[in-house]
Amino acid sequence: MIEGFTALYIFMLAGFTGYEIISRVPVILHTPLMSGSNFVHGIVLVGAMVALGHAETDMEVLVGFIGVLLGAGNAVGGYVVTERMLEMFKSSKEAG
Amino acid sequence: MGLLINISYFLAAALFILGLKRMSSPVTARGGIVWAGAGMVVATLVTFMTPGLHNFGWMILALAIGGGLAWYTGKKVAMTDMPQMIAIYNGMGGGAAAAIAAVELMGGEFYSRTFQVLAVIGAMIGSIAFSGSMIAFAKLQGLMKRSLVFNGQQLFNLLVFAGLLIFGFLIMGAEHPSSFSILVFFGLALLFGVMMTLPIGGADMPVVISLYNALTGLAVAFEGFVLGNAAMIIAGTVVGSAGTLLTQLMAKAMNRPISNVLFSGFGSGGGAGAEQQDAGGVMKEIDATDAAVMMAYADKVIIVPGYGMAVAQAQHKVWEFAQLLESRGVTVKFAIHPVAGRMPGHMNVLLAEAGVPYDKIYDLEEINNEFPQADVALVIGANDVVNPVARTNPDSPIYGMPILDVDKAQNVIVVKRGKGKGFSGVENALFFLDNTRMLYGDGQDVAGKLIAEAKQL
Repeated sequence: MIEGFTALYIFMLAGFTGYEIISRVPVILHTPLMSGSNFVHGIVLVGAMVALGHAETDMEVLVGFIGVLLGAGNAVGGYVVTERMLEMFKSSKEAG
Repeated sequence: MGLLINISYFLAAALFILGLKRMSSPVTARGGIVWAGAGMVVATLVTFMTPGLHNFGWMILALAIGGGLAWYTGKKVAMTDMPQMIAIYNGMGGGAAAAIAAVELMGGEFYSRTFQVLAVIGAMIGSIAFSGSMIAFAKLQGLMKRSLVFNGQQLFNLLVFAGLLIFGFLIMGAEHPSSFSILVFFGLALLFGVMMTLPIGGADMPVVISLYNALTGLAVAFEGFVLGNAAMIIAGTVVGSAGTLLTQLMAKAMNRPISNVLFSGFGSGGGAGAEQQDAGGVMKEIDATDAAVMMAYADKVIIVPGYGMAVAQAQHKVWEFAQLLESRGVTVKFAIHPVAGRMPGHMNVLLAEAGVPYDKIYDLEEINNEFPQADVALVIGANDVVNPVARTNPDSPIYGMPILDVDKAQNVIVVKRGKGKGFSGVENALFFLDNTRMLYGDGQDVAGKLIAEAKQL
């Protein structure tokens, strides 16, 4: 377990990191970046897998199952649409 | 085994941050998503090795169904529908975070009370993001035409929220929370997400989707604490803060403070746009032949596309026309307002789809002082974002919104379907200026005619 102040430090540093990464992003990338960050929180999938893996009762298994299903949708869907959008960004040179 | 898992999660967290960093520049963006994707694959695979897990059959089935459906829909969705698709995938993440909390709460064994409190907060945020995103999807998809507004709505929402807090505290405090209170808690949280999103108009939806994106990140981080999963904490928090900043940037670009978006009903019809004034003067028409000649013999043309162009699927033809002009030695630039399209950057995606290189696309600050030197500004399907009233008339509901100074160009050609008003319902003074000419017609037809005319010159 990650406890007390260690957890707070991680929280703070990660918070600043996110802020810094985005602060210099050009407007042209706002939509793909929103989609990309949406993909990144798809990591919730691994948490859902652990929750389902520890589920005991039928109800817990059902809810865990829904969690993994939704988490997988977030991760896979987020990746596919972000990749599709970014694939199209080309400069004059690349476009030929 | 524990070491391998920890190293993998560490690697995944690093890849997410590097990936997001690369995604914030157009040159490296394509690689960025691949890096983050690699992190996700590593983290997912290694999770199967977590000691003490069972239900692997269900796990793989859920992965296959959820992943398969998302893969299929993600590959098929049209670029114009991207905002609502992002909303739905985001909502799924929020739902997953809520589901984790629900399983943990039903199991009832927490490492400490702090974790139980975090689980409940994460569950609340995740549920709201889930149901709210689904409503946002339904609205943008056109499944819900009208915004629901009724008397005492704010009071009703307040009551729902109060009830949500009460049951939240009940669950936080209980050693083994009852199934009943857990059920009511999640029901109220989902209801609150719906009620919060229902009155918000379509124009404000991007800000809301972005906000729910940030909220989901936060919920994921909280559930990460509960599960002791550092990759979830870091990824969730990074998205939480990045998403909050992105929400602020969008709200600023639209000149709509976030509190206004959430607690008023502008863009949903009534209210602000109510008193209409006629801008006065007459609109002067031009036909495609004259417009093509005017642009073909210009030195510099700035094209201002709006969502109307994307709806008409005219972006390919517009780019073809721009290339024709360039072959004649005309300098062509594309000017994009931050809120062109359905969300900031959406228009860039649509132009990129048509093959327009990103170095020909300029945003508001880069291009605004170039309009006076432009011979022609060609406005296609944009309206409110080029309305000079936003600069001049303090009484206008869009006053203060940053606009593209199209009116300062030598000549303005506005391609428009009919004589209607913009999304905000405000009359556009640009159309009545002396240097403005209206070119009526469907965006795609008009662009086709312009191409044909330009080829004959």
